[in-house]
Amino acid sequence: MSTTLQHLVNQPYRHGFVTEIETEVVPKGLSEDVIRLISEKKGEPEWLLEFRLSAYRHWLTMEDPSWAKVSHPPIDFQEIIYFAQPKPKPQLASMDEVDPELRRTFEKLGVPLHEQKIMAGVAVDVIFDSVSVTTTYKAKLAEEGIVFCSLSEAVKAHPELVKQYLGSVVPPSDNFYAALNSAVFTEGSFCFIPKGVKCPMDLSTYFRINTEGSGQFERTLIIAEEGAQVSYLEGCTAPQFDTNQLHAAVVELVALDHADIKYSTVQNWYAGDEKGVGGIYNFVTKRGLCRGVNSKISWTQVETGSAITWKYPSCILLGDHSVGEFYSVALTNHLQQADTGTKMVHVGKHTRSTIVSKGISAGKSANSYRGLVKIGPRAVGARNYSQCDSMLIGDLCSANTYPTVEVQNEQAVVEHEASTSKIGEDQMFLFASRGIGQEDAVSMIINGFCRDVFMHLPLEFAVEATKLLGLKLEGSVG
Amino acid sequence: MKLLDVKGLKASVDGVSILKGVDLSIDRGEVHAIMGLNGSGKSTLSKVLAGHPAYTVTGGEVWFEGRNLFELAPEERARAGLFLAFQYPVEVPGVSNSAFLRLAYNTLQASKGGEELDPLEFDDLVREKIKVVEMDPAFLDRSVNEGFSGGEKKRNEILQMALLEPKLAILDETDSGLDIDALRIVANGVNSLRSKENAIVMVTHYQRLLNYIVPDYVHVMHGGRIVKTGDKGLALELEERGYDWVRAAA
Repeated sequence: MSTTLQHLVNQPYRHGFVTEIETEVVPKGLSEDVIRLISEKKGEPEWLLEFRLSAYRHWLTMEDPSWAKVSHPPIDFQEIIYFAQPKPKPQLASMDEVDPELRRTFEKLGVPLHEQKIMAGVAVDVIFDSVSVTTTYKAKLAEEGIVFCSLSEAVKAHPELVKQYLGSVVPPSDNFYAALNSAVFTEGSFCFIPKGVKCPMDLSTYFRINTEGSGQFERTLIIAEEGAQVSYLEGCTAPQFDTNQLHAAVVELVALDHADIKYSTVQNWYAGDEKGVGGIYNFVTKRGLCRGVNSKISWTQVETGSAITWKYPSCILLGDHSVGEFYSVALTNHLQQADTGTKMVHVGKHTRSTIVSKGISAGKSANSYRGLVKIGPRAVGARNYSQCDSMLIGDLCSANTYPTVEVQNEQAVVEHEASTSKIGEDQMFLFASRGIGQEDAVSMIINGFCRDVFMHLPLEFAVEATKLLGLKLEGSVG
Repeated sequence: MKLLDVKGLKASVDGVSILKGVDLSIDRGEVHAIMGLNGSGKSTLSKVLAGHPAYTVTGGEVWFEGRNLFELAPEERARAGLFLAFQYPVEVPGVSNSAFLRLAYNTLQASKGGEELDPLEFDDLVREKIKVVEMDPAFLDRSVNEGFSGGEKKRNEILQMALLEPKLAILDETDSGLDIDALRIVANGVNSLRSKENAIVMVTHYQRLLNYIVPDYVHVMHGGRIVKTGDKGLALELEERGYDWVRAAA
């Protein structure tokens, strides 16, 4: 690889600023007392405190997973701040009450809380560190009976719904990080689409980790009742710190009969610098339950950030004729490590799933796809199609694929395709010899590679993802 | 001023010297054939002129319309009117042929202050140009060269030439791997693009291409140099007598 290809990947992290706002933090470290304190600060009911404590007690018995193809120094869970919230009053009724400094941060991030979002048709629930700052367009959504608010608000306003569904897809004992999240989650989004309602706009949450040394443990819960439809967008950034921050989120989706949930993520957490210093450890559990017949859950993710990504958005296809989809682009550069993929668990009859995974590795990064397709004994007529493609940029990165298929039913069809390619000198030279500059060439090659995934993103996200990949790869090709 | 003037060009790849002093002069309106055995340096000469990064120029100079070619990056050479039709066109999965062709066309237009075309306008243009190589328009919607046969790839190269209208087109073994029908189509395409304003260099092993695209000059390369130059009769003589007598004379 000539030096020119190596130049195209590197652009300083654009979201690396810290907002100077007084923050109220609970002392670092984890204990039952800290959990009680978090629960008390949030004014939670007793059942939720019990949920947390039982998760914590279970977590104490568990071990940090070691099967992923990632390596990092042991995490000292007593060094983490589990709760941080901006000091100005956390209860904000209108946008005018939002701290101006905070508003400027969102403007820098390009998350305007103003009218343009209405024009874009996006309702935003913004998580800043651990407190949901404001939820826009709640009223408009409320007309349709849609609940879209922070999880803590939902605990107060709709306790029966939260109690019914929280932990129903990802039980607190599911895995090490899910247990940790269940014990200490501080904020997140809640979304409920009642029977027969088609959500009139895309719902969006923008996550950002601000306080140095703080973990972010948000928890998102989306429920689509019979025949309901919703498209949910999640964007993530974090400022630049030299220390590693832990982000251990849980996302649970529940789709009842004929419901349709589309969940799209563009993740651009700080990835650390080119020497691998700093960056987010993104250890996330995302799972959707297609509970009803003919229900559908579709995950689309563009993962470009984080020092380490450990994430497997999955679908449990319980209802007959339910459909699960996973479309993923994971890009790693420098010393980033990504171990990501999906699980499709076919339980019901005639369930179908599609997996399209595109891994792009540059620099000295390691990028792995890990997937499980499981077809149970009752899943007559189940079908899965998987496609895993890897692209390498340069000679120092690696791509790995770990597909697992378990079929317990003879009347199922499972297909798997995989490929590995390289942005080579010859491809770049083809573009150059037709007069096309390097950046345009890389952008076109990468977007071509990711086309099968980008076509599933909402339009504005697809545009953002395209730009983001271009920025992330600046300097690495050439 | 010559269109292309190559003086004492030396180049190497991976430290191995391949071109050892090439002299070549080309005027507008001319068609040149460069022949020679494998390893004589023909393809290296094409790639060095187009600026392939794997090759290092170690001596000599090349002037393109009076500009020092080696001061131009590969994409600038292309925008200046130099075109290389590849011997082995690469595939670009997921990138539609029409999007690629349009980007190339518009980049060139932008560089010379011409009019860039939107997808619909470009579609009209490309559907006209594609007739030159008798290609099915369905190839426009497919990924660049992906799953194309050898002949289809070569036709696609000539389609690019037709769109970009270069001043100097270098066809690197465009005839290799073509059956006789495809050879005829490609040759007809190239002939239809010949004009007084442009020049064509064909790099080839075989005489048969030259039956279709008749050259004004035939050069024989051997050991990294042009050792003999003649007219089309030289190609016929090579076909009959082989290369040994030229090598012996060199």
